[in-house]
Amino acid sequence: MIEEIIISGRNNPEIDPTLHIWGWEIPFYLFIGGLVAGILFFSALYTIRDKSSEYPTVVMIAPMFTPFFLGIGLFALFLDLSHKLYFWQLYTNIRWESPMSWGAWTLMVVTPLSIIWSASWVQDVFPNWDWKYNWIKDILTKFIEIRKQVAWLIIFLSIILGMYTGILLSAFNARPFWNTAILGPLFLTSGLSAGAAFIILLSKSKKEKHLFIKIDFMLIITELFLIVHMFMGFLAGTKVHIEAANLFLGGPFTVQFWVFVVGLGLIVPIFLEILELKNKPIPAYLSAILVLYGSIMLRFIVVEAGQASRWLY
Amino acid sequence: MRYAMAIDTKKCVGCSDCVVACQIENHVPTGFCRDWVIEATSGTYPDLSMEFRSERCNHCSNAPCVRCCPTEASHIVEGGIVLVDADQCIGCGACIESCPYDARYIHPEGHVDKCTFCIHRVEKGQNPACVDVCPTTCMYFGDTDDPNSDISKLLKKRKWKTLIPEAGTDPNIYYLI
Repeated sequence: MIEEIIISGRNNPEIDPTLHIWGWEIPFYLFIGGLVAGILFFSALYTIRDKSSEYPTVVMIAPMFTPFFLGIGLFALFLDLSHKLYFWQLYTNIRWESPMSWGAWTLMVVTPLSIIWSASWVQDVFPNWDWKYNWIKDILTKFIEIRKQVAWLIIFLSIILGMYTGILLSAFNARPFWNTAILGPLFLTSGLSAGAAFIILLSKSKKEKHLFIKIDFMLIITELFLIVHMFMGFLAGTKVHIEAANLFLGGPFTVQFWVFVVGLGLIVPIFLEILELKNKPIPAYLSAILVLYGSIMLRFIVVEAGQASRWLY
Repeated sequence: MRYAMAIDTKKCVGCSDCVVACQIENHVPTGFCRDWVIEATSGTYPDLSMEFRSERCNHCSNAPCVRCCPTEASHIVEGGIVLVDADQCIGCGACIESCPYDARYIHPEGHVDKCTFCIHRVEKGQNPACVDVCPTTCMYFGDTDDPNSDISKLLKKRKWKTLIPEAGTDPNIYYLI
């Protein structure tokens, strides 16, 4: 048995006794990033497939929320910085090895794109809308001409955005619970699922709701598979990875994760969605809200647990 | 040139003078420390053995903090010393998350701070403050690329270990065991 204690009285704030350098801001942003990635992905996908009149919520209405969501998410990221006035340094450097640099630059492209993408649909949703300035009208007219090509770019960028929310964490070898390549696909799937749930919440058309309940159902099944796969990977890993998995298999995060994320956030929605697809009188918003709740809880627990997992020495 | 430190765990008595010297030399804000002392006890009573280790940033050759920094605030200078440029640091915390040794913290002024190997002293040919103050002279500082340096000779002669080498960081603090 080895017992190690710091005898010189180190008590660095947010480092000791357990690491807690990232509070609510990062997991909240990771949720927003995933949600926006999901909404934009489906909007672009159904634009390419020419379904704007058939599925108006997914193509035109849902993306209008994304610039506001991104604004809130970026503000949360800004709050997380402790040297706030130097934030612009993110944009005077390109660091290929740093996931955070990738994320900052992706957001730099996705945010303006989400604004112009949403703006291009405004006149379809609000026919009486007047942009007042001709230059805005000119830009939008030109944009609408190339909208389908841009949709491909949005699909590509939304996958990067959704994936990077996981890679941001998985790139940290020092935190064994994060150090799994599954986190990228898992957060991407969870983000797409959150996007689908948001569309279900907004949609008034039964056909659209049904389509997205089906999509969400498949995404949740994929998520469950990835979660099982992640734990199998940990348990087949090194001692530090086994210790990290044990935080969830009997350790302090067991109930929070299996009951509140997997149970309420994934398994209950699956059953509700099966009932909804069988036209049972279950309100569709119920499963959608649970999916969104599960999605945000997943980020909070993963960020928290990663900081609690460590190398043993 | 590759600056490194060797710490003799057989001579260290865990007095924490290195910690105080660092705080004074580097004006480390109250309540924070760039180095710390670990007491590791192993075995079962009455068969116990104890090891003292003065720990700090390992100035890793494969530094995860430098790799994950989005602004190049964390960087490596001549001699392999890992430094943080306060004017480039945005305080995102990525480097703190990336360090398996938990050697970094957020300075009250907002930027990230850590051991600098007392680069201001090393540039003048002096040792880091912790090395010079050690009452048992258990700490050694020097260039491991130079086979004739005291530290290189010591590492050839004595058994040593580094901390968490399996994390792949190639640390440059050696513990003589």
